Amino acid sequence: MIHFVLLVSRQGKVRLTKWYSPYAQKERSKVIRELSGVILNRGPKLCNFVEWRGYKVVYKRYASLYFCMCIDQEDNELEVLEIIHHYVEILDRYFGSVCELDLIFNFHKAYYILDELLIAGELQESSKKTVARIISAQDQLVEVAKEEASSISNIIAQATNR
Amino acid sequence: MNPFSSGTRLRDMIRAIRACKTAAEERAVVRKECADIRALINEDDPHDRHRNLAKLMFIHMLGYPTHFGQMECLKLIASPGFPEKRIGYLGLMLLLDERQEVLMLVTNSLKQDLNHSNQYVVGLALCALGNICSAEMARDLAPEVERLIQFRDPNIRKKAALCSTRIIRKVPDLAENFVNAAASLLKEKHHGVLITGVQLCYELCTINDEALEYFRTKCTEGLIKTLRDITNSAYQPEYDVAGITDPFLHIRLLRLLRVLGQGDADASDLMTDILAQVATKTESNKNAGNAVLYECVETIMAIEDTNSLRVLAINILGRFLSNRDNNIRYVALNMLMKAITFDDQAVQRHRVTILECVKDPDASIRKRALELVTLLVNENNVTQLTKELIDYLEISDEDFKEDLSAKICFIVEKFSPEKLWYIDQMLKVLCEAGKFVKDDVWHALIVVISNASELHGYTVRALYKSVLTYSEQETLVRVAVWCIGEYGDLLVNNVGMLGIEDPITVTESDAVDVIEDAITRHNSDSTTKAMALVALLKLSSRFPSISERIKDIIVKQKGSLLLEMQQRAIEYNSIVDRHKNIRSSLVDRMPVLDEATFNVRRAGSFPASVSTMAKPSVSLQNGVEKLPVAPLVDLLDLDSDDIMAAPSPSGTDFLQDLLGVDLGSSSAQYGATQAPKAGTDLLLDILSIGTPSPAQNSTSSIGLLSIADVNNNPSIALDTLSSPAPPHVATTSSTGMFDLLDGLSPSPSKEATNGPAYAPIVAYESSSLKIEFTFSKTPGNLQTTNVQATFTNLSPNTFTDFIFQAAVPKFLQLHLDPASSNTLLASGSGAITQNLRVTNSQQGKKSLVMRMRIGYKLNGKDVLEEGQVSNFPRGL
Repeated sequence: MIHFVLLVSRQGKVRLTKWYSPYAQKERSKVIRELSGVILNRGPKLCNFVEWRGYKVVYKRYASLYFCMCIDQEDNELEVLEIIHHYVEILDRYFGSVCELDLIFNFHKAYYILDELLIAGELQESSKKTVARIISAQDQLVEVAKEEASSISNIIAQATNR
Repeated sequence: MNPFSSGTRLRDMIRAIRACKTAAEERAVVRKECADIRALINEDDPHDRHRNLAKLMFIHMLGYPTHFGQMECLKLIASPGFPEKRIGYLGLMLLLDERQEVLMLVTNSLKQDLNHSNQYVVGLALCALGNICSAEMARDLAPEVERLIQFRDPNIRKKAALCSTRIIRKVPDLAENFVNAAASLLKEKHHGVLITGVQLCYELCTINDEALEYFRTKCTEGLIKTLRDITNSAYQPEYDVAGITDPFLHIRLLRLLRVLGQGDADASDLMTDILAQVATKTESNKNAGNAVLYECVETIMAIEDTNSLRVLAINILGRFLSNRDNNIRYVALNMLMKAITFDDQAVQRHRVTILECVKDPDASIRKRALELVTLLVNENNVTQLTKELIDYLEISDEDFKEDLSAKICFIVEKFSPEKLWYIDQMLKVLCEAGKFVKDDVWHALIVVISNASELHGYTVRALYKSVLTYSEQETLVRVAVWCIGEYGDLLVNNVGMLGIEDPITVTESDAVDVIEDAITRHNSDSTTKAMALVALLKLSSRFPSISERIKDIIVKQKGSLLLEMQQRAIEYNSIVDRHKNIRSSLVDRMPVLDEATFNVRRAGSFPASVSTMAKPSVSLQNGVEKLPVAPLVDLLDLDSDDIMAAPSPSGTDFLQDLLGVDLGSSSAQYGATQAPKAGTDLLLDILSIGTPSPAQNSTSSIGLLSIADVNNNPSIALDTLSSPAPPHVATTSSTGMFDLLDGLSPSPSKEATNGPAYAPIVAYESSSLKIEFTFSKTPGNLQTTNVQATFTNLSPNTFTDFIFQAAVPKFLQLHLDPASSNTLLASGSGAITQNLRVTNSQQGKKSLVMRMRIGYKLNGKDVLEEGQVSNFPRGL
């Protein structure tokens, strides 16, 4: 099972964290500090796995971002690399050649996508198309609601101006 | 934008934070934003809630406290619109975790949303529940989730399936409710549902044996067919990853088959064909293919014996191991560790490659490879492998040396063919990585050296030579110092030369140089210095010709900043100075250390190992507690094996060990010329430093014997020492000292002075445990009874985490000392003792009574026993 997902920039800034096992706030920052120290310092040619506190952390670097997932000792590390890549591809498709800035300003979108990919630390969907479809359906719902809201508030605004 | 809203937009806030040049600036921006958000929360305006929470999530990600936003999540979740719910659930998952009580408040909203007409709302609720639900919520909402597994929309079905995995992880009792629903998911065509369904089944199998049996009989064939279908399926762009159709589904199916096949020959038999097919047909030039192969190998190795398949699996691993991709090599090493259990030979074939991996630049690979090598070592290859590893130790990274040296020591200790080899290898490790070697390892080395009498000369010379070159390796210096102190004469006289040695000329002063260097080096730690001081004392007798120089070095330590060192320097100086006639017997060579007891102790690592003695000589316990400040105790700790071996000896042994002298014989010698009393005098002389009157010197003698209860008027103890027929020997404080003397001056008898004696009682006895109490009184304080409890394990299994608790009525006061150990060896082969002090405020009117509770772990299970003691002797 995936215990947490972590996105850190090369400068060590956290871009996304998702915890599937309970970690208190203090532990969380400690884990992030500890792991980004280890992972950011690893050379480019080394393997993508780090053993850490009896768990394994699988990480992969995409441009300036490190995608990390912490898994159990007996889990399949190679598969987790595929899951990371799967996530990146979906992000790429959604944002259209995704970059770090997209994830900073639309961090909530990145979370929504992750929630369509993983639940309870397990993979829920292997089709990128399906994820994209569900996300856009929900975005659509939000748009519709927004339009309604703005039209109502416009009416009220006009009413109060008069 | 909403015309009513105030404050900055999310985007603007992120920009402002990113524009900050310093952390202080960032904090200021965040503080201002948080203040605004708090203000808006207080206004309770639903329009801004949405945006405030988004901001809070960003702030949370930066690591600032955001607990004040938790209630906002709940409000958003409770609001009717989808956008609000969406952000509300996201905030809930980010800002809260299952341990916060606020979470319970959301249960009702979740329940409503699970029954919502909009399937996306249901999806949000399932997702939140699956990610952060607590055990209580899991129990409350399990029926809803179970129902949703059958929902018409696959999107909901798959979410419900994963949500169920979380629920049964939290509450394994609920597992059986999900078995049927999970089985139905295995027939699905939709990959998402299938993946999550297989995952749920896997989870059920691992926690519930009935479920495992059910799936094994009902679903094995279906799963094999599904796996065959996707393995053979034509190109499906939606699921294709590097030429493999849905590797994720492949992997999950293989994993579920693994648990179904494990321990069941029939099921294993059914799946051999498809496993062979996956193992041979899967493309291995991309990561996705390798991930599938890896999972397949793991399944092959876990299911029941099918030899041809295993050969296939080992071959795949061999290919992995020679792969150039570090990831693949890493998993290969990982898998070979499992493979070694059933095919050692096949793994041994790759030994050379694995050894190369130990030297890899990648720390993760090195670590794996080192662990694998440790498993590969056996009697036949130990010399070769150790040589390779030690050679590498010389050039390895500093931060890897600790792990590497620990493993080498482990291998060397476990498989050493002979003592000479063992000592040689250990010396090499100490030279290269002495500062990383753990205490128990070099302690063990000293025990072995001490037992190899024919190698004493060789060892001390080898150590001497190494320490000249590697004087910065702390533990090497310690072992060398100890050996030179013990066997210094063998060093200078070239005694016991082995054929392999080159003769060396070491003068007495060369040997002392080494010790002096150890004691004066500024970076030697206190243990090393203390050991060096003892070595000097010993050498002063071994090398009489230069004892003046040794004395000078000892005297210099009087100025040491460490109290312990100062004190010892003064004491030793006085021994060197004034007691030439007894010195040689005082610093005689240590008796051979008992290997067996040392090993037992090391294995059990008793916390306070010495207390099997009748009156656990207070001094030793004190020493154990003071470990860091009293470095000499380290020596004692190591040396007191004799005490462990025979539970009965009095404290004299301890003293003997301290000084490394056989007092029994020396007092016998003296007995020939002097009155029997001389034995006491001899000891007094050792104790009294500088002045013949011991009473004036209480502190230093106390120091030497490290009596814990200094408060208990030590001078009484000394009085008893000086007078041959002590009038009031029986104070507690003196007993520790008294024990020490017991062997020497036979005149005072303990029983006579202990006041009325009480018969020991059996306080508690069950089929597995027996507790005995022995009593003694502190004279002058009749109300207080000292109870020594002895716990004996009557069962054939060892108890761990043993804890004894006692309670008494109000008129009694109870004080419990720490127990001698928390591990109780099986079949009465070891006993724990613990001292209790009971003060009876109504002594004479009421007798003692006690309730007790004993907890321990037996084979990993907690056991609790309770009892009441009412058979205390009367009058306590």
